[in-house]
Amino acid sequence: MAVKAQNAQPVEMADKMRSEGKIYVVIGTIVIVFTGLAIYLFSIDRRLKKIEKEK
Amino acid sequence: MRFIYQTWWKVLAVVIIFYTLVAGFLLGVPRLPILHETIRNTYFHVPMWIAMFTVFTISVIYSIKYLQTGKEEYDLIAVEAANTGIFFFVLGLITGMLWAKYAWGEYWSNDPKQNSAAIAFLLYCAYLVLRNSIDEEQKRAKISAIYNIFAFPVMVVLIMVLPRMTDSLHPGNGGNPAFGKLDMDNRMRVVLYPAFIAWSLMAVWIATIRYRIRLIEYKKNAIN
Repeated sequence: MAVKAQNAQPVEMADKMRSEGKIYVVIGTIVIVFTGLAIYLFSIDRRLKKIEKEK
Repeated sequence: MRFIYQTWWKVLAVVIIFYTLVAGFLLGVPRLPILHETIRNTYFHVPMWIAMFTVFTISVIYSIKYLQTGKEEYDLIAVEAANTGIFFFVLGLITGMLWAKYAWGEYWSNDPKQNSAAIAFLLYCAYLVLRNSIDEEQKRAKISAIYNIFAFPVMVVLIMVLPRMTDSLHPGNGGNPAFGKLDMDNRMRVVLYPAFIAWSLMAVWIATIRYRIRLIEYKKNAIN
């Protein structure tokens, strides 16, 4: 009886990431991928700047 | 040319792309048969081609400038812009093939748009082959600049004009509705147009990095 009563009420959970067919997880993944790429490009740019200054 | 060493526009490109990654998945899109959610590919497939056009245009401008002035640096910009353009060309072709598999049924259905894009690709590969076949620096720069100036309009005609004059599966061609008229609405435009700008900047950024590396190599060879 106690268990049934619990199920009847919606329990608040951090379900945002699981809603809408878990599309937020996909967004998270591609954002991580692109963050990595952007950081990589910026670091290449920085290294180049150093080499250019040496000249 | 100071601008290629600045950071603000690189940050801008990254920020806008982050926006398109999130908004591109979450904002509403028209509900169309066959396409379903793949209509969101528009945000990522089409900007590859826009980015390609941007760097190819820069390449031609610097080829013309090279012929006018004979400055070796302009030739280096033209090559590296063309190299970056070919990279985005490949991305555009591959993303298009994947999308075609699920929208048209085959990766490659010998569609006029696909075929002429493939020919245009070979056209630019020939540019690189031509460059590598000439040893003498000035001769190489001059001949490849002239080739580039001829290749660019042919590429535009192959990709933008010829497929539109026949029946094609690709939107915007033949009797097909273009995304701009029937299939697309303003919800898509607020993602698509920023994506065009951001990916173009991204391509320019990669091209400038390649140019700066090549410039160092060039100066090193000139001293020895």
